[in-house]
Amino acid sequence: MSLLKVRNLFVDFSTPDGTVHAVTDVSFDISKGETLAIVGESGSGKSQIVFAAMGLLADNGRARGEVLFEERNLLSLSPSDLNKVRANDIAMIFQDPMTSLNPYMRVSEQMTEVLVLHKGMSKSAAYTESLRMLDAVKIPDARSVIRRYPHECSGGMRQRIMIAMSLLCHPKLLIADEPTTALDVTVQAQIMHLLNEIQKEFGTAIILITHDLAVVAGSCENTLVLYGGRVLEYGRTVDLFKSPAQPYTKGLLSALPRLDTDGEQLHTIPGNPPNMMLDVRGCPFEPRCPYRRPECAETMPDLVRFQDDRLRACHVAFEDLQ
Amino acid sequence: MINFVIRRIGIAIPTLLILIAISFFLMHAAPGGPFNSERGVPPEVLANLNAKYGLDKPLIVQLWNYIWDIVTKFDFGPSMIFKTRTVNDIIAQGFPVTFTYGIWSFLVAVVVGVSLGVAAAVNHNSWLDYLAVGVSIGAQVLPNFVLAPILVLVFTLGLHWLPGGGWNGGQWPYPVMPVIALSTSFMASIARITRSSMLEVLHSNFIRTARAKGLPANTVIWKHAFKPSLLPVISYLAPAFVGMITGSVVVDVYFSTGGMGQMFVNSATSRDYSTMMGITILYGVLTIVFNMLADILYAWIDPKIRL
Amino acid sequence: MAIADQKMQDFSERLTTVNEIKGRSLWQDAFRRFFKNKAAFASLIVLAAVVLFTFIGPYFAVWSNEEIDWSVLGQVPTKGIPSFETGHFFGTDDLGRDLYSRVIQGTQVSLLVGIIGAGIAVLVGTFYGAVAGYFGGRVDSAMMRTVDILLAIPYMFILILLLMVFGRSVLMLFVGIGLVSWLGMARIVRGQTLSIKNKEFVEAALVTGVHPFTIIFRHIVPNLLGVVAVYATLLVPEMILTESFISFLGLGVQEPNTSWGALISQGASTIQYGTLWQLAFPLFFFVISLFSFYFIGDGLRDALDPKDR
Repeated sequence: MSLLKVRNLFVDFSTPDGTVHAVTDVSFDISKGETLAIVGESGSGKSQIVFAAMGLLADNGRARGEVLFEERNLLSLSPSDLNKVRANDIAMIFQDPMTSLNPYMRVSEQMTEVLVLHKGMSKSAAYTESLRMLDAVKIPDARSVIRRYPHECSGGMRQRIMIAMSLLCHPKLLIADEPTTALDVTVQAQIMHLLNEIQKEFGTAIILITHDLAVVAGSCENTLVLYGGRVLEYGRTVDLFKSPAQPYTKGLLSALPRLDTDGEQLHTIPGNPPNMMLDVRGCPFEPRCPYRRPECAETMPDLVRFQDDRLRACHVAFEDLQ
Repeated sequence: MINFVIRRIGIAIPTLLILIAISFFLMHAAPGGPFNSERGVPPEVLANLNAKYGLDKPLIVQLWNYIWDIVTKFDFGPSMIFKTRTVNDIIAQGFPVTFTYGIWSFLVAVVVGVSLGVAAAVNHNSWLDYLAVGVSIGAQVLPNFVLAPILVLVFTLGLHWLPGGGWNGGQWPYPVMPVIALSTSFMASIARITRSSMLEVLHSNFIRTARAKGLPANTVIWKHAFKPSLLPVISYLAPAFVGMITGSVVVDVYFSTGGMGQMFVNSATSRDYSTMMGITILYGVLTIVFNMLADILYAWIDPKIRL
Repeated sequence: MAIADQKMQDFSERLTTVNEIKGRSLWQDAFRRFFKNKAAFASLIVLAAVVLFTFIGPYFAVWSNEEIDWSVLGQVPTKGIPSFETGHFFGTDDLGRDLYSRVIQGTQVSLLVGIIGAGIAVLVGTFYGAVAGYFGGRVDSAMMRTVDILLAIPYMFILILLLMVFGRSVLMLFVGIGLVSWLGMARIVRGQTLSIKNKEFVEAALVTGVHPFTIIFRHIVPNLLGVVAVYATLLVPEMILTESFISFLGLGVQEPNTSWGALISQGASTIQYGTLWQLAFPLFFFVISLFSFYFIGDGLRDALDPKDR
């Protein structure tokens, strides 16, 4: 059974210069304990999908469609009902641990308030539980860290605090929005490792949003490739790496540095991400696509199932891409 | 913290000494001695007067004595015009008045300004927001010397609701118009500063985190956003304080409250330099002390400033 | 002044980033954006009209600013009202003098005080701030500490003391206002200089052995123009306010000279006799001019502000 079902999600932003179609007709599922990666370049709308689900869109943003969490549509919940879902059922970790913690409150205050609010714990019980959770995310010397202000902690430590904070209520789904982007490479690996362990230990489903396919490879069962606010490919990560079914996915993969090919030049995808302000009739990747055909500029290919558990949107035949 | 306070005092003391020195030398640069204006004073009387006030000593000694009296006895010396009154007497008479409505104005400006600013930011782009922005732009070009006559025109001459002047021991409703006239522009500035800083804070990442934690809107605003959005307001408090002291001069004069401002202007027009100096230095001390308090308050709220 | 300072600090922080990105087209871009800003553009026109009025207005005056119209004296509330027949377009003041000419004279004085005050701030403040920021270290901390100390002094009182001691003249007002106006400017410029001096072109000049003051004037000051221009525009109304404040208290310009503050003060003191025009006309010019300066300053800042690009 699916934990979270996203159906035909659209996210639009109205700006003085026109409407930005950040997310167009996105659907996907995630079951209990699963890890789903949402991959795309910056500006592809990947963060906006989860912001819409959590009701965190900017004031000028509007979401349409359905985001069903345990069969309840999050988009139509009242603010107070949504607040009960937040942190309790679905928790979030944000991209920038430097600015995502309140710099004016101690770690302890920021953590305990979650438990006091959602679990009705006393302050001291919440404090003990927070401390336990900081230990669980392997923060050395948690007893001193919990009394600190965020700016007194390193970036990696802050992200661990964020993770600990998000796990306090044992949520069923954890959304990690580029959790390692702002961190050093070595710390990145530690954080990813931690997320994997958490999943095993708590059975939490994870949506990992990233632009880095290398991060995806080791840790996510399914991958959703997003471009220009649309799903271009969706399926098992292993398959996707083995035989990418969309020119964009192919491009992303060839842009990854590999150790097994020696001295080869790293590929890039020429061109720029699409202007989300324009109403594009065809495939958003068409201008940059090496395989493009006349029809690509005219109609957006449908997202179709072409293998078991694999979907793709492309006019080019799957075989031609291999 | 203690180090910080000591460092701040380290700045405050030279500031004060420079202030005293500037006013002292300005006074002595005035053409002629203080008693020369009194025509027909026999030279021997003049010499006596000068001796009495220590004016026959070298300037630097006079300065030293002056500072010494202020520091040790809080004594600003005799008035140069009123033979029977000291500067302290004059201050003691005017200060309570100005202080009373000054404190009220300060409270009104901060409380109303902050509330209005928060309300405007929370209801961004609503009529309340536009009202707050409109008021703060209007108040920028309506300094109290413009506002005061308009208030009198409307509430005294037009509606006959409030007295157009006087103090009457601070009884209701005499302080009402002085408070409105003095506080409005600062209230508007504080509202504007609060609004923009609150808006900025509300769009910051850590507020998004707070919302993602499922905290109710009120908790997000008051527990997470309020404190940081107050920091720019605190930086503004010190200049606002100076502005209010300056503004109180107009209020005192226009509403004839008998406060310090009126004493200052009277002493300026009658060239009572020692009273002018006394008031200037007193206000200087208040300003410097207040500046220090505001800095300490800021450091206390912002954990990033560790002392 | 504090608000302006704060705005300016945010602005100058952002400005340092844009110099790198936009480079040469910054000013052209800014002009385009400024003229698209309706409030700022309208303010520019209003201000130009006010200035024009002070030049052309005297040719239409029937009465000079010093003449006393004996026929209205004592009956100002009835006979001194604004009228084309008597030639008192704005009415007369309490002494029977023509308010039209008085307002023109006051506008000239007030605008002049504002512009000269801001001008001194530009010259002294820019130089002081650039030197402090450029040399840094002990020079900087000593120079800026001095500014901090001077800023903590209630200057309005010192200014009045100054005017009392050295006599109330327009010249003394200029000197007094100029003495304090540059402090805020020095702070802003110094902050801006600190970020500019680490740019490559300054380092390039430095390693080729250019004299420090040449570097300051050739390389740093031109890059400060945006900040200085905006702050100067916001300073003009501050200076006008200061002067008006002092004149309102009757401690500023001396008769027969006048200024907006003095005229407002006189108008305000007679409102109970029903001679509202004595307040209304100077107030009108005062308010629209100040509004214009603020809107132009805001418009300039937005135009040069990289934030919205």
